[in-house]
Amino acid sequence: MTLLTVESLDCRYGLLQAVRGVSFEIGQGETVALIGANGAGKTTLMRAVAGAHRPHGVFDGIDITRIPAHRRVALGIALVPEGRRLFPGLTVEENLRVATSRRRGRWNVKSVLEVFPLLQPRRHVAAANLSGGEQQAVAIGRALMSNPRLLLLDEVSLGLAPVVVDAVYRSLTDVIREGATVLLVEQDLTRALKVAGRVICMLEGRVVLEGDAASLDRDRVVRAYFGLKRPA
Amino acid sequence: MKVQRWTRTSSLFTGGTAVLAVLLACVPLVFDPDVVQKLTTLLILVLLAAMWNALAGYGGMLSVGQQAFIGIGAYGTVFFARQGVSPYMAMILATLLAGAISVPISLFALRLRAAQFAIGMWVIAEVISIIVRLDQNLGAGTGISLIELNQYEPNFRQAYTFWLALAFAVIFLAALFFLLRSPLGTSLQAIRDDEDAARSLGVRVAARKRLLFVLAGFGCGAAGVLVVANTLFIEPSSVFSVQWSAYMIFMVLVGGLGTFEGPILGAVLLFAIQTTFTQGGPWYLVGLGATAALFALALPRGLWGTIEERLGLRLMPVGYRVVEAQREKKVA
Amino acid sequence: MTLVNAVLQGIFLGAFYAVLACGLSIMFGVMRIINLAHGDVAVLGAYIVFVIVEHTGVSAFVAFAAALPVMVVLGYILQLTVLERSLKAGILTPLLATFGLSIVIQNLLQLTFSPDVHSLGGSAGVVTTSSWQVTSGLSVSALGIVVLAVAVLVFGALQVFLSRTRAGWVMRATAEDADAAELVGIDSRSVYARATAIAVAIAALGGLFLGIRSVFDPVSGPTQLIFAFEAVVIGGMGSLWGTLFGGIALGVAQTLGAQVHPQFAVMAGHLLFLAVLIVRFGGGRAVLPGVRRALLLRTAR
Repeated sequence: MTLLTVESLDCRYGLLQAVRGVSFEIGQGETVALIGANGAGKTTLMRAVAGAHRPHGVFDGIDITRIPAHRRVALGIALVPEGRRLFPGLTVEENLRVATSRRRGRWNVKSVLEVFPLLQPRRHVAAANLSGGEQQAVAIGRALMSNPRLLLLDEVSLGLAPVVVDAVYRSLTDVIREGATVLLVEQDLTRALKVAGRVICMLEGRVVLEGDAASLDRDRVVRAYFGLKRPA
Repeated sequence: MKVQRWTRTSSLFTGGTAVLAVLLACVPLVFDPDVVQKLTTLLILVLLAAMWNALAGYGGMLSVGQQAFIGIGAYGTVFFARQGVSPYMAMILATLLAGAISVPISLFALRLRAAQFAIGMWVIAEVISIIVRLDQNLGAGTGISLIELNQYEPNFRQAYTFWLALAFAVIFLAALFFLLRSPLGTSLQAIRDDEDAARSLGVRVAARKRLLFVLAGFGCGAAGVLVVANTLFIEPSSVFSVQWSAYMIFMVLVGGLGTFEGPILGAVLLFAIQTTFTQGGPWYLVGLGATAALFALALPRGLWGTIEERLGLRLMPVGYRVVEAQREKKVA
Repeated sequence: MTLVNAVLQGIFLGAFYAVLACGLSIMFGVMRIINLAHGDVAVLGAYIVFVIVEHTGVSAFVAFAAALPVMVVLGYILQLTVLERSLKAGILTPLLATFGLSIVIQNLLQLTFSPDVHSLGGSAGVVTTSSWQVTSGLSVSALGIVVLAVAVLVFGALQVFLSRTRAGWVMRATAEDADAAELVGIDSRSVYARATAIAVAIAALGGLFLGIRSVFDPVSGPTQLIFAFEAVVIGGMGSLWGTLFGGIALGVAQTLGAQVHPQFAVMAGHLLFLAVLIVRFGGGRAVLPGVRRALLLRTAR
């Protein structure tokens, strides 16, 4: 069943067009990796799906084009933004509690802390005083608190040590196993190909490659990533 | 393709303003002292609007306290006149005093951003007002008259005052005009648009803002001088009143913040409203306040700014135009 | 003893300033807006109480309870009409728009009521006039105690609201990052409206106290705004408890100033405010070397 349909997405910043005519679908339970060089339009695309940018999109049969960001959360779309964007003065628990929505599901403060045990002792620490890995965990947990059907993850590995990223992805795999539908942006190609079922590669605002992660060979992906033409 | 400063329109218009200035100089010779006094008021408004625009429109500094300098100019005139200086000489000195005082104030005021600067200037005006109020020699709280002007016959006095007002208006507008045409002018535009970015490009933000601030200090001081010359009687509660700031804000917002011609248009409008609604009182002030707020929210470029944008019109050659073979595209 | 009494009276006065400043501080903390019409909103509150008292004869405090919902609604309207638009427009726009609003309120009040001064002291009952002589030089007024108690209560309640309730966390989150707040399901528009409503209600409380302690007229607003802003700045912008401290500091400065010369009271407050600005924004670093250099030159001669 198709959970998200994006149709001819166009996103602009003033005169700069960041996303050009992008269309794709995500089925329920899928994990799709969105890859591409910096400036390809990935973050803009994610923000557009989450509602921070206004394009055309259909979610679970509902046209969400005009629905503002805060109401998309109630529909089941949650974004873990690039750079985490935690509320620095609020504690871990407050950051989580602030993000509860009316949606019922298995995620609450207790279960989030179970999936990210490193946060247990830091529960009442202000977000500004957390380490990078802890902040990323809170950011993901915060998105989970609304029990989303579609989880959007923008560059969760950015600025984190590899060993920390491993821990984050381990918890993420647990989350994915629970049946979440995930659209994630990931700079690290290897990780992206490992965790995702499908891959969409963007270049200069357009989709240049799409396919199953297993069937795509790495070479082809790299060429699409950098926009290199294949030899005739 | 070439970069152009003057267009046919702006050449015509600038020439026209020079002619206008000469014509205005003849006003006292033609009209009654009453009319001359009213037109002096108009010139005071033009001066104030231009100065407030210099601060906010070109410098990004929103001051709700320029009445400090108006008061210094007014009371300074009385002070110097009482020391035995000839009244019109006292006026020049008072203007210089206002400008001089603006320098030390700028040392600390310019480090303040937005709201702190706005209200900080207001508090400074209040402080100066209180100091003046304490001085018995300056009439304390009840006000004082520039009786030294009585040595002149009313017609002559009104004429001299008008010519002084015209001279001040021309001088300060010209100063602003040349300032904006200089390389300083472009950097001021940059500062207004994004101060931090301008600083990172090497623009000496502080020095430029100080220049505008001091210019406005001189200009508002000159306005204060003209107020006492025009009305003869001043009191702290009127000359240091925040009402002046209200008028300046109205004129510039409605006329066109950041444009050269806008404030002049705003001054003419305010003058027209004031003369039509002389007994208006609270109603006309409600209108002023509501209009200012509406313009701030809905028409931030003001009347002139919107006209300029729609018609691509620039009457005074303050910006640049990039001219291509057939089509003209405005750049600055 | 007079010095101690002055400080004590300063604390009572300062508590009043703190209540006046509280709403201004909230709006700045949550929305980064300084509402230049804040003083006029407080005076408007005083007038609404006055109208209720005139028509029903109830005590000022009862009238305030009735006026409160009106003020809350006005706060919502203010946010949704004027402030919301200015939020998106830039730094200068909120200042300009609220300045215009200030003039509108002052003059509408002048048209509705006369320019005469009014007072709520008469209808506040025994609170206005009671006082206790603690020692020969020290007197404590009932009103002073009431205002101080209310101030502490209001600030305390706000603190509890912000740190222990979900609505409070939501407000703090929106204040820190409105964009991210939207992404977790928070409607920032309604949070801002709530903050303005609270600010306006507390401003009205300040207006009530203004009317009881002294008199008010349609143009009293700007003076209250200046005191409120001074209190906020002295205590540190963005700090809630700082505003309470700042208010008290301002009150004490004024009463101590009055000891020097009766007309010096307000001036002392202004000077404290300017001094805090200089010190905090480093203007002192520029002025001080200049002054030192000038003094050195003089002594060298």
